[in-house]
Amino acid sequence: MKTWLDAWPVVRQLTGEDRSGRGDAVRSRRTDTLTPRTATADRVVQSVCPYCAVGCGQRVYVQDGEVTQIEGDPDSPISRGRLCPKGAASKNLVTNSTRETRVRYRRPYGTEWEDLDLDTAMDMIADRVIRTRRETWQDEVDGKRVNRTMGIASLGGATLDNEENYLMKKLYTALGAVQVENQARI
Amino acid sequence: MPQQDLANSDCIVIQGSNMAEAHPVGFQWVMEAKARGATVIHVDPRFTRTSALADVHVPLRAGSDIALLGGLINHVLSHGLEFREYVTAYTNAAAILREDFRDTEDLDGLFSGYDPGKGQYDETTWQYEGTSVTAAAGQRQAPKPGASGSAGGGQPGSAPDAEEHSEGSSEQAGSGGMPVGGKPQRDETLQHPRCVFQVLKRHYARYTPEMVQEVCGIEPAVFLKVADALTSNSGRERTSAFVYSVGWTQHTVGVQYIRAASVLQALLGNMGRPGGGILALRGHASIQGSTDIPTLYNLLPGYIPMPHAREDRDLDDFVAEASGSVGYWGNMRKYAVSLLKAWWGEAAQPENDFCFDHLPRLTGDHSNYTTIAEQIQGTVPGYFLVGENPVVGNANGKMSRLGLANLEWLVVRDLQMIESATFWQNGPEIETGELVTEQIPTEVFFLPAAAHVEKDGSFTNTQRLLQWHSQAVEPPGDCRSDLWFYFHLGRTIREKLAGSTDPRDRPVLELTWDYPTHGPHDEPSAHAVLREISGTGPDGTAVSGYTELADDGSTSCGCWIYSGVFADEVNQANRKKPRTEQDLVAPEWGWAWPMNRRVLYNRASADPQGRPWSERKKYVYWDEDTGKWTGPDVPDFQATKRPDHVPDEGATAEDALSGTDPFIMQGDGKAWLFVPAGLADGPMPTHYEPAESPVPNPLYERQANPARKELRGAWNRANPAMSEVFPFVVTTYRLTEHHTAGGMSRTLEYLAELQPEFFCEVSPQLAAERGLEHMGWATLVSARNAIEARVLVTERMRPLRIAGREVHQIGIPYHWGQNGITTGDSANELLGVVMDPNVHIQESKVATCDIRPGRRPRGPALVEFVEEHRRRAGVASGRLGPNGRAPIEERS
Repeated sequence: MKTWLDAWPVVRQLTGEDRSGRGDAVRSRRTDTLTPRTATADRVVQSVCPYCAVGCGQRVYVQDGEVTQIEGDPDSPISRGRLCPKGAASKNLVTNSTRETRVRYRRPYGTEWEDLDLDTAMDMIADRVIRTRRETWQDEVDGKRVNRTMGIASLGGATLDNEENYLMKKLYTALGAVQVENQARI
Repeated sequence: MPQQDLANSDCIVIQGSNMAEAHPVGFQWVMEAKARGATVIHVDPRFTRTSALADVHVPLRAGSDIALLGGLINHVLSHGLEFREYVTAYTNAAAILREDFRDTEDLDGLFSGYDPGKGQYDETTWQYEGTSVTAAAGQRQAPKPGASGSAGGGQPGSAPDAEEHSEGSSEQAGSGGMPVGGKPQRDETLQHPRCVFQVLKRHYARYTPEMVQEVCGIEPAVFLKVADALTSNSGRERTSAFVYSVGWTQHTVGVQYIRAASVLQALLGNMGRPGGGILALRGHASIQGSTDIPTLYNLLPGYIPMPHAREDRDLDDFVAEASGSVGYWGNMRKYAVSLLKAWWGEAAQPENDFCFDHLPRLTGDHSNYTTIAEQIQGTVPGYFLVGENPVVGNANGKMSRLGLANLEWLVVRDLQMIESATFWQNGPEIETGELVTEQIPTEVFFLPAAAHVEKDGSFTNTQRLLQWHSQAVEPPGDCRSDLWFYFHLGRTIREKLAGSTDPRDRPVLELTWDYPTHGPHDEPSAHAVLREISGTGPDGTAVSGYTELADDGSTSCGCWIYSGVFADEVNQANRKKPRTEQDLVAPEWGWAWPMNRRVLYNRASADPQGRPWSERKKYVYWDEDTGKWTGPDVPDFQATKRPDHVPDEGATAEDALSGTDPFIMQGDGKAWLFVPAGLADGPMPTHYEPAESPVPNPLYERQANPARKELRGAWNRANPAMSEVFPFVVTTYRLTEHHTAGGMSRTLEYLAELQPEFFCEVSPQLAAERGLEHMGWATLVSARNAIEARVLVTERMRPLRIAGREVHQIGIPYHWGQNGITTGDSANELLGVVMDPNVHIQESKVATCDIRPGRRPRGPALVEFVEEHRRRAGVASGRLGPNGRAPIEERS
């Protein structure tokens, strides 16, 4: 006869076969109705871990336009489904509440961040590039043609996509900026 | 070599890397090899997670690796353990050098050609006899002796304006060696006293096991164990691999570390063969891609050098050295013209040199730290930081902050509010009073970035493999991809400049910049960008690879080594055929450059006749029936070139390679035991002490690399060598749970909880000597700055006996900063900037410091504390002027 005591996991663990408490003894009706987030995803998108250069395959689970889980991709011949703690935490990287999602602006000599519209920020940055380029332009150095500015520099991280690096180098070079560097130097 | 190929290794030496900790998922292939019977050796100052899983851990003093590798080279040569047939056929061992070459043995630590006034080498005397080897195509500052391969050209390095050896040029070797003109005279018996083999033998003769012990602190018995494991696992039947990371690159002799391993692996016949080679473990998702398609000052895509003001007046000048040389660099004009067509399209025509003059020119070193020093002078108004946090990740973080404080405007693009965006608000110098928020003029734009799942694009991993990641969701709020940012920034600038008749605006206005966009934010198509990178032919369709490129303007290609990644109009990087449906080589997963070849130089996996060296190590070989090279990989060789092929007199580029020249990017088709062109600090690796070392160099009078790059001012003081004030060796490293400067890990709850605090590792002996308590606080100090850390007393750190004294080493992880969930002082505050002359990478894997119990002083007292240490050590003052400014006092 079932009593209220049978609902208590520790009793089931002590009296039943699941002495280690890792199986039936600790299952509840609620446990039985749970499904993994991955089972209900609308879509699964294949991706690559953004941390180190091993290049582990990732599967990104999406539901209602939100990332609900990121797991190792068992199809990958490099990682065979595994992820390290960082790769396994990459859902946290993407959905983290600490992530900045708005443009922030600090005016010269300012003491606080201010709000700024993205379009305005883009326009202001374009103006500064044009101005600095004009003010610092060099046609020649020591009588040799250089066609450049030494007033605009850039340092990129090595988590940039190839396509991003390509557009950066292409635009900077056309602008005449040569101090273009990357984590790869460091 | 691919990471999976490690499973085929019979012996793996991991040195300069804590692979189990920093690349744990790749490490499964080391364990796979071990399970198959391979010997795993870990050489590292610390006993780490990698050591714990290795068969042998070899502790050594940080910064002494060339002495150990040189010792192994000497062991091989003095015992006749080289793979003789491979060495004779596939390396430059038989090449004969000029009579006027002098070794470090002759000049007490210098090679011939050193100019003490400039601290630079002229490499003329390092070249092969009789070939009048030209300065390499990368040696942009060296005068040109004419088309390469021509006999009796000029004297490289002799022109009056050869002001510096090779500023920023050595990295052209990123896709192969420097072009050399023609093939050298050879002595196939390797007996000629001036042949490379004999020169090498003499160079390393004093690198004995006893010398290795004196320099590295490795007992001779342990050394012999390593030597035996390596040599008994190399040859026809067996192969050994080396694995390294920034533990090798971040030194004043970093490039020579890698060279030393290359010499050893070439002597043992381990290059181009399954389970053999040298695996560089890079630390960022696309750091390989960031050099292939470089955001680096001295390179254009595909390791084409940036033109230099002095010598590259036109396109003919630019490609002259490479034109006519042996190997694939002989086609440099095709690659350069196709790149110019990709960038300036219709505007690029033969009569205007394909817009070659639209390219800005270099005049010297414009690398990262030099730029920061100039920022401090206030001469660089604008700066973009894109997914990079230099105030934590650069050596000498304070120097970086002083640079940021002296800009006019700064754009920071990141996922999180990183320290480099908030230096004006909460940087350490605000607390010390060296900077005052209200006096910092820098205007800061923080633009939030899209994460990897919010955009399409490709990463190039550590084994040259391009892997596509697809967009899963839209980025939140103002977050955008960097592709979006640069495309729309360029579009806006072009709109604002439209109608300008100023000739300096032509490169911007004539730029091809019409990528299709999609989605709610007008995201440019990453597929379209990759297609431009891969290249198109005369009919506008995607080319199959770089062999289709032409120099007449009929083809276009954004990066020649990536040419073919869009072959057949298919994004080859996006191939995801499951591993269970392929063999271990997995050629249909992603796409590897060049031409989807997974093991570089794999023609060397067959003997000179084209037969596999052994059944056990069979890979790519000549199939007489089909008249082709074949195997599980794409042959890294012309597919139908017979093993007995002898090139015609006067043949150029790849056609000048014989059937036994596997190293097809090299100017002579051979693996280089001796580098006749392209290095700034010597043709053979030589042990020099780190710039900051507690002991003298027992091998030569020369203490440190004579060609190292210095950059000095009040913001970057050096600890003197053998200083009693800074007596301990310090080295920095990574933890599994954190990533680089912490922007992507200290901000995450899970990872912050797993590694919650900055710490330093010290041995029980050092703890006793300095009164440090486990879990207590310690202050570490150098001539740059002082930091505090929790103390971890552990036997994983072991004092070494060096030169009759005990040398203590301290380990510190470098991930921390002021922002994020877990905060702490940055290890990089301690380190100075002193650089490798080839690549301008700083020596952050070894420096000196002092360590004391207790927390560091706060506020202005911190400045006094460090100043007092400088004074005692005889170092000049580190006091700064208003807003942190101070002049550049010395640069070399």
